[in-house]
Amino acid sequence: MPSVLQILWFVLIAVLFAGFFFLEGFDFGIGMSLKGVAKNDEEEDALIESIGPHWDGNEVWLITAGGAMFAAMPYWYASLFSGFYLILFIILLGLIFRGVSFEFREQMETSKYRRLWTTIAAVSSFIVPFFFGLMFADVVKGMPMNATGDISAGFFDYFNIFSIVAGVAVALLSYMHGLNYMRLKLHNGSLVQRAIAQLKVLYPVLLAGEVAFAVTLYIYTDFFTNKPMITLGMLVVIVALTLAAWYTNIKGREGWSFLALGLAIVSVVFLLLIGLYPRVMVATDPANSILLKNATSTPYTLKWMTVIALTMVPIVLGYQGWSFWVFRKRIQVKGEK
Amino acid sequence: MNLITGLSMLDLSRFQFAMTTIFHFFFVPLSIGLGLIVAIMETLYVVKGDEQYKRMTKFWGRIFLLSFAVGVVTGIIQEFQFGMNWSRYSRYVGDIFGPALAVEALVAFFCESTFLGLWMFGWDRFKKGVHLAFIWLVSLGSAFSALWILAANSFMQNPVGFKIDHEFDRAVLVDFPALLTNHQLWLEFPHVLFATMLIGPFVVIGVSAFSLLRRKTEVDFFKKSVHIASLIALIGTVGILVTGDSHAYNLQFDQPMKFAAMEGISEDVGGKDEQQPWSVVAYTNPETHETEWSLDVPYLLSILAHHDVKGYNKGTETINKELHEKYDDKFGEDMNYYVPTNTLFYAFRVMAAVAGVLGLLAALAWWFTREKSTFDITKYRWVLWIFALSTFIPFFGTTAGWLITELGRYPWVVYGVLTIADAVSPNVSFASLFISNVVYFLTFTALGGVMIYLTRRVMIQGPEYVDETVDEEQAPADPFSADAFDGQGGKN
Repeated sequence: MPSVLQILWFVLIAVLFAGFFFLEGFDFGIGMSLKGVAKNDEEEDALIESIGPHWDGNEVWLITAGGAMFAAMPYWYASLFSGFYLILFIILLGLIFRGVSFEFREQMETSKYRRLWTTIAAVSSFIVPFFFGLMFADVVKGMPMNATGDISAGFFDYFNIFSIVAGVAVALLSYMHGLNYMRLKLHNGSLVQRAIAQLKVLYPVLLAGEVAFAVTLYIYTDFFTNKPMITLGMLVVIVALTLAAWYTNIKGREGWSFLALGLAIVSVVFLLLIGLYPRVMVATDPANSILLKNATSTPYTLKWMTVIALTMVPIVLGYQGWSFWVFRKRIQVKGEK
Repeated sequence: MNLITGLSMLDLSRFQFAMTTIFHFFFVPLSIGLGLIVAIMETLYVVKGDEQYKRMTKFWGRIFLLSFAVGVVTGIIQEFQFGMNWSRYSRYVGDIFGPALAVEALVAFFCESTFLGLWMFGWDRFKKGVHLAFIWLVSLGSAFSALWILAANSFMQNPVGFKIDHEFDRAVLVDFPALLTNHQLWLEFPHVLFATMLIGPFVVIGVSAFSLLRRKTEVDFFKKSVHIASLIALIGTVGILVTGDSHAYNLQFDQPMKFAAMEGISEDVGGKDEQQPWSVVAYTNPETHETEWSLDVPYLLSILAHHDVKGYNKGTETINKELHEKYDDKFGEDMNYYVPTNTLFYAFRVMAAVAGVLGLLAALAWWFTREKSTFDITKYRWVLWIFALSTFIPFFGTTAGWLITELGRYPWVVYGVLTIADAVSPNVSFASLFISNVVYFLTFTALGGVMIYLTRRVMIQGPEYVDETVDEEQAPADPFSADAFDGQGGKN
């Protein structure tokens, strides 16, 4: 049995990843919508402005999740990061180019190069959630690894129907989450109307995707054998939240719609991590799976980290929340009434 | 070992680490240094109410934001690559090294990024004093970030507060505060902070000189900017020399091989009553590890290393023997304890020369830009050219400094505890590493190119460009167009 501290840190890392997908989810969605919804420069400007003050702070949730994993569970961190070398490399490139794209686009001289950086922003905003979805699916599916936790896997261990379905689902969720965010942050206009029209079509697609995810989850993982009730329950919650988001979207309650779909994303993260528990890495040969109780740092380090996290996290939540409140005013696309 | 290229996985991993950290460390000190300058300029604006300082804050703020963006994105690589490329290292010292990184994210990164967002987009939403507080919080955050990452590096240089857990075969933390009281940290941290006080100012000085070479407008604007920057650079020079001296002094005891290599000493030098000469240039044969020739200044090494006219230091040969005696039980007899002597030797001289040249240039720049000064610098284009090109000098200094610090720790990744060869990920394929090396290289080249291109563009647009956005910002109808540096970018 893992100790209380070990479970606490497992939960904390889950919360950090969930926070990352909730917050950066809409940043990636807005990034994709630069190509998916926006039709001109002014609309792109307004979209970037809507996440401008926030996306960098949102990304720190990922950095902190990675740091927390390194600090609290070095065996998990080492096995995951080295085992998914190329996947994480692609994610890093995505984050690098997304990260500079807004600033570089802003400063470009000709509209040709502005468009280039807009495209880079959109493509990289797709790449990151897609590959994260793919990676976490592979983690719960199980990878060939030795007793030390070193993965040596082939192409189809990384790219299979389950992981691709999960990648597409996470990217789609992020995209729709971004569209919902856009409805919250922008004044109603032709841009928002186009987003609403897209959402109407996308909700049934998302539900189909969730069913595909559930089916492949059943085929590829041991979730239904190990924890059938919780897995089923979480899947029902995800579908119910999606339906709620769809319903409130039709009713024009954009705040509720945003929240419901955001919670669906959070639920996906929790579903995967609950199914993972008490392991942190699943090996094709179950004997080699890394267990939470063997993956962590010493109780001494965990205690220090707990004190620091419990002190800092409320402060961070306070000022980050405050910055969202400061910029709560809706944004107007230039030239639109 | 790969038969085709002769490069091993370890070589590629080391090269990649060097490349990513060196590139990252172009932008980190630049951001910290520019952030400090921008914060000081905004403080002057708030205190004096002079609009010129606001224009300065905004103009230099644009370059600061560019460098910050590149610094942030290249920083993510740093956190990921320990797990990706150095998984055995991560397992072995994760208990100690991980917390430093996690605390850095929690304490520093959230603070920097959130308040930077508020600063960028909040020009007309807050009282002047509140807006000023944001940029100082960004500066504070970046200083904290430096503190924690250097605490992590200091552990690698001079491991403290840990013991070896033989059951799990890893190093574990037994004294968390010791990571922060590590004397190595208090040598490195101030040294790096003073380095940021050279890099930031010299970009201001250089860009100002380039601007004045292009056209003689806004002379007052650039003179005032350079005056502030050169004063900071002067403080930086004094600080970097003092901390650099104590840093090198301590190496004699903490990492004697690094010290001997920096000074190119292959045989023991000096004695109880003997002076030690300091080599200006020298060549050490990498095969025999013997110094083949050198040009010496008498007494100087004693003065530098012992603050005295006499003294004694061991050469690399003696140190090699001592390290074998001390560590052969643990690491075996086949270890090579020699470090790349010539590289360290010349890197040290480059670093020292850079500090000296920059100090001189900063003093001149400060003198030329005094209000009383009658010297019209815009008439002397060759002087402007010297200052313009000095933009790039400090980067050689910081790179040389890190080369000494990291290469001089060879063969260990954590000094005396874990070797580099035992730290690398065993399961990452040669192809993966090769691809990531090439793509990183291309990416960095592109980012660096765009960065220089955009800095040049900001410079060409000049401070007047900022004025236009200021006007637009004050229009009440659309407060969000305030996004300080938005607007016409690209449309004009």
